[in-house]
Amino acid sequence: MIDEDLVFKALADTSRRFLLDLLRERDGQTLGELEWELEMTRFGVMKHLKVLEEAGLVITRKEGREKLHFLNAVPIRQIHDRWIDKYKEHQVSALVDLKQSLEKQKWSKAKKTA
Amino acid sequence: MVEGKKDSVTHVHRIYIRASAQAIWDAITDPEWNGKYGYQAVQEYELKPGGKYRAIANEGMKQYGLPETIIDGEILEVKPPFKLVQSYRWHFSPEHVAEGFTKLTYEITPTSAGFCSLTITHDATGAPLMSAATQTPFNEQGGGGWDWILSDLKSLLETGKTMGA
Repeated sequence: MIDEDLVFKALADTSRRFLLDLLRERDGQTLGELEWELEMTRFGVMKHLKVLEEAGLVITRKEGREKLHFLNAVPIRQIHDRWIDKYKEHQVSALVDLKQSLEKQKWSKAKKTA
Repeated sequence: MVEGKKDSVTHVHRIYIRASAQAIWDAITDPEWNGKYGYQAVQEYELKPGGKYRAIANEGMKQYGLPETIIDGEILEVKPPFKLVQSYRWHFSPEHVAEGFTKLTYEITPTSAGFCSLTITHDATGAPLMSAATQTPFNEQGGGGWDWILSDLKSLLETGKTMGA
């Protein structure tokens, strides 16, 4: 599971955010391509990419001899959704809660019979 | 922009879900469930190579003037409940139709810790409109793309709640 702390820590660095921006601009880049855009040693870029990968923000895929890096914004989306969700929860009435728990039961029941 | 890398445009999206591979597979391929999250359009899958895929406009989409079939495609590979490869084309506008088919790969991988990873690889080469639209943040016009769909799918499977419900 994605650890929120890892996501926040990964985002709390200018170089790492810049790397994500580069991938947002063009997904699927090699270390060499990314390294070219940063004033940093290859080792430094590798270290940053590793932090991003551990946070689930970057996904790597082998293509032939190359290792390509892809931006995965899903963990950011999840943090966003959780906050919206939490904020909304303060406003929902008991009735809505009841509706949701009933629907949840329906879902698990349906899954069992499926 | 660095030259090279063909003109390939691929995006990868991954989420971890506390649910069985079968439950995730059903949530994607079963019309009973796949209309409940994300953009809430029911999708029909003919689960065999060469089989048809289509997403049907919901009432809101029809009122908005979208056609009955909003997305179509063909099933290319089926390995239930772990892998599904399909082609995928939007019918939101004539421009989208003209972009032609892109390729979607769903991969569900169980872990020993009792949850699964779900990875969507979208090869949107040659479809710049679709590629850009699936990368936009959520907005009232229906942005959000795969990140939003996956996050909502996870909510549905883990809590029974979706953002839209």
